[in-house]
Amino acid sequence: MIIRMIKSLKRLAAAALFAPALAFGAAAAVDLDRAPVSMDPASLQHGAKLFVNYCLNCHSASFVRYNKLTEIGLTEDEIRDNLMFTGERVGDLMTIAMRPKESKAWFGATPPDLSLIARQRNSASGSGADWLYTYLRQFYRDPARPTGWNNVIFSNVGMPHVLWQLQGEQVAEVTEGEHGKEVKLTLAKPGLMSPEEYDKAIADLVSFLVWMGEPVAEKRQSIGVWVLLFLVVFSGIAYLLKKNYWKDIH
Amino acid sequence: MTTKSQALLNWIDERFPLTANYKAHLSEYYAPKNFNFWYFFGSLALLVLVIQIVTGIFLVMHYKPDATLNASGIPIAFASVEYIMREVPGGWLIRYMHSTGASAFFVVVYLHMFRAMLYGSYRKPRELLWIFGVLIFLCLMAEAFMGYLLPWGQMSFWGAQVIINLFSAIPVIGPDLTIVLRGDFVIGDATLNRFFALHVIAVPLVLIGLVAAHIIALHEVGSNNPDGIEIKKKKDANGIPLDGIPFHPYYSVKDIVGVGVFLFFFSMVVFFYPEGGGYFLEYNNFIPADPLKTPPHIAPVWYFTPYYSVLRAVTFPLFGLDAKFWGVVAMGAAVVILAFLPWLDRSPVKSIRYRGPIYKTALTIFIICFVILGYLGVKPPEYAFFGVIPGAPVAQLCSVLYFAFFILMPWYTKIDKCKPEPERVTFK
Repeated sequence: MIIRMIKSLKRLAAAALFAPALAFGAAAAVDLDRAPVSMDPASLQHGAKLFVNYCLNCHSASFVRYNKLTEIGLTEDEIRDNLMFTGERVGDLMTIAMRPKESKAWFGATPPDLSLIARQRNSASGSGADWLYTYLRQFYRDPARPTGWNNVIFSNVGMPHVLWQLQGEQVAEVTEGEHGKEVKLTLAKPGLMSPEEYDKAIADLVSFLVWMGEPVAEKRQSIGVWVLLFLVVFSGIAYLLKKNYWKDIH
Repeated sequence: MTTKSQALLNWIDERFPLTANYKAHLSEYYAPKNFNFWYFFGSLALLVLVIQIVTGIFLVMHYKPDATLNASGIPIAFASVEYIMREVPGGWLIRYMHSTGASAFFVVVYLHMFRAMLYGSYRKPRELLWIFGVLIFLCLMAEAFMGYLLPWGQMSFWGAQVIINLFSAIPVIGPDLTIVLRGDFVIGDATLNRFFALHVIAVPLVLIGLVAAHIIALHEVGSNNPDGIEIKKKKDANGIPLDGIPFHPYYSVKDIVGVGVFLFFFSMVVFFYPEGGGYFLEYNNFIPADPLKTPPHIAPVWYFTPYYSVLRAVTFPLFGLDAKFWGVVAMGAAVVILAFLPWLDRSPVKSIRYRGPIYKTALTIFIICFVILGYLGVKPPEYAFFGVIPGAPVAQLCSVLYFAFFILMPWYTKIDKCKPEPERVTFK
């Protein structure tokens, strides 16, 4: 009990210590590029492929089952053959083998579960998709970092640039501009993809992350249309009924 | 009615006053015939209460109040909400109805309260009716606050952290009180479980009791109306108010129109904007609660922000007690002072229609201040309008005006130049 108490107090103290630093770090407004999100099955499937190949090793998507991907037009066999690499079953959740505690020790922070990442990253600066689209395209070489990588909108990020082979290597040129520090990125070493191809790939990946954040979103809206139409008719009839009942009240 | 069903009804009536109650509360409850737009919100509040209770029951079937982490390192409570959103058939609809319902409840109740202020519905003989209403409002705030912890997201956790810590400012008992509230030295599993118990059992029970008392009191004294005159003063030979019409069918059919229109806007949010731009479901609350990571800006949900602004507006210590304590006192007083309205208002008339210019101005300023306080409450304390007018002193000014509206009321309502009230109700 006492040990638990001390632990709790330690936690609180740590929270109090780090709070100001975090607040300072996150206060700056950032310019985000608009993500061309597309719910087109081809984009989502391409995004899913990138996701399981590049993200789903360190990040889980523990609220999503593999067979949920049937909703973006894949069959269970296709999912099994192309998107599953270890012994899971198609009805399993997209979990990872790495334990949160261990990854915390290794990376300094547990790579967050990505099921809701697109909804988490919504802010006044732009949608979660915009943030992800900007973030995944703005890694640059930084020898000062243990991973060798840094990021413009998430400075000193713990994640290395896992897509560097596709994008190539960017370097940053920091200048003091009118609005404070300005970072200019240039592609020093080209990757397997052209910048246009890379942007498209990231757009597809981000689209997939958006879909994964709320797979029911499209269905929700299509049901919503009918609900609203029904309510218009309902209110209309209710109004006529009211008028009829009230015709003698003056 | 067939003789058989009549016989059944007689059988019941001899044992339970069914027909008598039906008459007293529906078919022979006479309401003024001149209700306008503002009179929809009472029945709508009842509708939202039913929505919240029914959706709440279904949520409880799947929700798990457990702050321990699952194998993926996600708190079980947070994961169970996502489970409802993704795996429970129709769960997303139930959950969005409940989360939107919370905001809708406050929209409807704020408009309902504003109606009472417009037409003096809190005045004699409706003082108790009004006090029951203020108690309902208090219960609703407690209910919303505790319900907000349950998804166990970042805002759930840190919002509760901020609010519970406020109680530590109370002299002598404060620190111990916060431990009782949390059930622990920090917000944790114990807090989540007791908030769950209070949110799904204790507060709803009290709330339903108060709503029943509110309606019984209303039907005892009769409804006010936009003219603020008593229809019971002019009755026909049968003792029925001349300007009264039976609630059923007249207001039942009218309220159904209101229900349709309300549900249209409600569904628009549920089906198209369930996050309400980050105001109904805060973005940070999609991140699981993390006691080690304080969000950069902790904002309460929009319906608490006017009072949150009042709390923040008090920045100076007084009588040896620190500013936080007086902030809590001011915030509490801002709600409780509503209960005194019936005795603060000394105007000879009830309705805004016959009040003088002073009250009209005062009410306008009050509403503007309330809105500005609400707006500033979602912004960080260093916020400035257009980047130039600092928000903090504006919030202080608005807080002072908020209280001035009440404290000066006995004086300005007395000297105001009122117009004569009509003998009978009017349609305007």
